[in-house]
Amino acid sequence: MTTLLTAEPAALGRTYANFGRPAWRRLLFTREMAIIALLSVVVITASVMVPKFATPVTMGYLLFDITPILFIALAMAPVMITGDIDLSVGSMVGLSGVTLGLCSQAGLSIPVAALAALAVGALGGLVNGLLVTRIGLPALAVTIGTLALYRGIAVGLLGTTAITQFDKSWTTLVKSRIGTTGIPMVMIVFVVLLVAFSIVLHYTPFGRGVFAIGLSKDAAVFSGVKADRTRLVLFVVSGLMAALAGIYYVLYYTSARGDNATGMELQVIAAVVLGGVSVFGGRGALHGVVAGVLLIGVLSKALQLVNITSDVVSIITGVLLVGSVIAGSVMNWVQSRRVKPALGPAPSTTA
Amino acid sequence: MTTVATPTFASEVASRFGSLARSRETGIFLAFALVVIATTVKNPAFLFSGDGWRDLLLTPAIVAVVAIGQAMVIITRSVDLSVGSIVGLSAYLVGTLFVAMPGFPVAVMFLVGIAFGALLGLVNGALVAFGKVPAMVITLGTLYAFRGINVAWTGSNRINASDMPASFLALGTKQFLTIPVLTLIALAILVAVAWYMANTRGGREFYAIGSDPAAAELYGLAKTRRVLVAFVASGAASGLGGVLFAARYGTINSQVGDGLELQAIGAAVIGGVAIVGGSGTVVGAVLGAYLLLTINRALPVLGIPDFWQRAVVGALIIGAIILDRVLANRQTKRLRAERDAA
Repeated sequence: MTTLLTAEPAALGRTYANFGRPAWRRLLFTREMAIIALLSVVVITASVMVPKFATPVTMGYLLFDITPILFIALAMAPVMITGDIDLSVGSMVGLSGVTLGLCSQAGLSIPVAALAALAVGALGGLVNGLLVTRIGLPALAVTIGTLALYRGIAVGLLGTTAITQFDKSWTTLVKSRIGTTGIPMVMIVFVVLLVAFSIVLHYTPFGRGVFAIGLSKDAAVFSGVKADRTRLVLFVVSGLMAALAGIYYVLYYTSARGDNATGMELQVIAAVVLGGVSVFGGRGALHGVVAGVLLIGVLSKALQLVNITSDVVSIITGVLLVGSVIAGSVMNWVQSRRVKPALGPAPSTTA
Repeated sequence: MTTVATPTFASEVASRFGSLARSRETGIFLAFALVVIATTVKNPAFLFSGDGWRDLLLTPAIVAVVAIGQAMVIITRSVDLSVGSIVGLSAYLVGTLFVAMPGFPVAVMFLVGIAFGALLGLVNGALVAFGKVPAMVITLGTLYAFRGINVAWTGSNRINASDMPASFLALGTKQFLTIPVLTLIALAILVAVAWYMANTRGGREFYAIGSDPAAAELYGLAKTRRVLVAFVASGAASGLGGVLFAARYGTINSQVGDGLELQAIGAAVIGGVAIVGGSGTVVGAVLGAYLLLTINRALPVLGIPDFWQRAVVGALIIGAIILDRVLANRQTKRLRAERDAA
């Protein structure tokens, strides 16, 4: 049933690797490389134009700010590559943070409280995944519902109060940097996770299955991919990563509130789409996703330093998001115009 | 079968009545009535005081108007996440115009708000229809962009009731035969759109495109134009929602309509507009809006802190989509059984 929804756009938006071109061109002229190039240009421009931008302190704060988005984007990318989406992550950041806060307030140590928060994240992801795979509901509808539900539970549990008392040793650990480099300690966790996610997504049968599901779920099932199990696992992982981001968020800002990270799902999805993950599923790579998150982070940090307020950043995020998906369509259209004379009419989309 | 072959008056009435009793709209209305009755038993003022009766009809009116547009978009198998931001921009535009020109005619102001919303809807529609990309991503982007423009434009500024003409603000509280004027406006739009969607060729085309876009296109329906029209309608409805907000609350800051998209989508989905498109009615969406917001207002009366409102919204949305799926499965099974029997 749900394949009906994606079948037609998937065929429209799909781009095939063109093996008619030499390897270096195939590796260099990709969507991911375009984003990385754009990121480099922005970083260089900002370093030259914006005073105090290219300092370890600024870079450190930039990384601290985008860490939750980086965590969630790692899990959101594979979810979107299968053609699903998880809009509930921002709410899960809030709910897991509230869980951490309540457990810590009840006298549990931070590691135990964090485990409870992760369990809540996994459970929330499991609910999403079961509704999508077992009952066969569209991921968009389910996660719009759980976006409201999880946020509602978080706000319901804490009301307008905030929990701000946490074990000092943990909050200082989260805020600590590696030596004098200015790079946050938490980046070590991120790099380990990035390597793990990259290996699983890009170098294992499970990961190939993720892409196969996004290209055509039926074809993937017929070629032996356990599609529903894979999607369920990805939703659970998405919940877990959102919970991890929630734990970080609470410890870094030393504040557990019901409305923590409201709207973060939009930033994550914007970054993931900007990083080259197709909204139709089936394509994307983690280096592009990381570059997408960094690009939005660098832009907002640089603008913040020249006293341009956050609303301009949200305009830019919105325009970048719209622009990046439209750019994909335009490029497909241009390509189809260029290929047409050589290959005849483009293959029917209903094939 | 026999009723189709020889329709007698009695059987016609019976089948009409049967389908009315089974319809989603009736179910939602009964749920709405149940909530109202349960709350009124607990606190009679909820229904039987002047204010209670007015709020019951008035509070959901703005979401109801926005949900009518949203329902049209969802029926064509898209979704419009930017409605809350459009409501905010339109409300602020109305306020700003009143500050600049205090004598601005109120009726024209409604048209300005609607036209402005329609223009923003056109931006969404053009990007979705011509870019051939999912509406969700586009409207997610414009949600951001419109809200950002609103915040940049408004800043920490706020427009207060004293900046707007009394005749405009009076609309927010005025009643006609005990029914608030804003509710009547919503009702008039509902009747017009419901008639259009049910009885005209154009209206049915929305359903055709939503239930099977490829088939609709093969059949020769102007898919691009219909999608465009749906988004313009949703934008116009949100623009009107902004005007109604300004009239009702009198205070406009940069966060007007924040999160309204969830309520509008929730109202439509709860009211039986299937998120996969092609089914549901705008009447259902409006009933969904009334059910949703009335539950929210009933919670504190029933002794549940209103912090739980959003959780209820979420639970209702999920319950509604599961119900939709169960009903659709049953329908498929029945059709299959009928086909096998034939």
